[in-house]
Amino acid sequence: MTLWITVLAAGALAYGLKLGGYLVPERVLEVPWIDRVVPLLTVALLSSLIITQGFLADGVPTLDARAAGVGVAVVLLVLRAPFLVVVALAAVTAALVRLWT
Amino acid sequence: MTAGPTAYPLPWWRTPAARQGLAVGLVGLYGVSAGALGVAAGLSVWQTVLTSLLIFSGGSQFALYGVLGSGGGAAAAVATSTLLGLRNGFYGLELSRVLRPGPLVRPLTAHLTIDESTAVALAQDTREQARVGFFTTGVTLFVVWQGTTLLGALAGEAMGDPRAYGLDAAAAAAFVALVWPRLVGRGPGGRTGPLAAAVLAMVLTLVSAPFVPTGVEVLVGATAALVVGLPRRGGREDDPGPPLPVTRDATPGRHGGPHDGHVAEELP
Repeated sequence: MTLWITVLAAGALAYGLKLGGYLVPERVLEVPWIDRVVPLLTVALLSSLIITQGFLADGVPTLDARAAGVGVAVVLLVLRAPFLVVVALAAVTAALVRLWT
Repeated sequence: MTAGPTAYPLPWWRTPAARQGLAVGLVGLYGVSAGALGVAAGLSVWQTVLTSLLIFSGGSQFALYGVLGSGGGAAAAVATSTLLGLRNGFYGLELSRVLRPGPLVRPLTAHLTIDESTAVALAQDTREQARVGFFTTGVTLFVVWQGTTLLGALAGEAMGDPRAYGLDAAAAAAFVALVWPRLVGRGPGGRTGPLAAAVLAMVLTLVSAPFVPTGVEVLVGATAALVVGLPRRGGREDDPGPPLPVTRDATPGRHGGPHDGHVAEELP
């Protein structure tokens, strides 16, 4: 039940933000710092999520098979591999590391 | 709906904007990873599909799955997901001037407002072409995204223990891939700001994680955006100036850019 509410709440808020962009008078948001902070907010959140997903276990900094997957992902991104290839090979890498250790 | 009468000699579906939209819309294939990760995070197949239908924004969905999957609370998951969706609101602000959607199409236009559709729309020269590009991208991506989410969710469910297949690492890799183009791109804000925000966010998250409830460390990390972005840096680009014409925001990079850098690179 909680999960359904979570999904519906996230969905409603996501749509509300999208629609709000079309309805809010532009002048309301013409404050200089918003243009700087919003792109950085996206970067900061995505970067934090790399840590929670790849380098934390129960709230404790941890280096395990996931780190190997992230390493492979970075190499593939440098090589300009497409999104799905990056994600799939990162998963395969972590799975193989777990198999061998 | 997708295009009104056009000044172009070509029918709308043969215009460059439509072809771009179709090509970019196909990146929606990575909905497979959204579906698999949603189920791995503990959502049911239908809850996962519902996130794709309702949120329809990759970053926000992955954030929701990520926080829930690592044992975070519902509030932290929704907050992280919503903060990541903030940029779509700013895309809407720009697109409302470029597309000028009427009240009837506005609700649909809003839902299709994501990184990819914004990038294609803003890359066009005329309003008609911007509309064609926006809707072709948005509708294609929406359809592909829903279908591949369902496939990924069913596959994820069939696979069982997500860790055995490295799906937890896939989630981490997805965030790396989503942030990558924002770090290596040549946005109007320069590169040092995003890099500094990324590094600071990661450090804050690592350091705060042992002391806050699971999921909240992401929000602690998000404050890096304020630390880096709030102090006024020199330079003209920070000058808000008087209201400017539409072309001022002709690059989506202004508010963060397409979340898949390969999109922009694939544009003909």
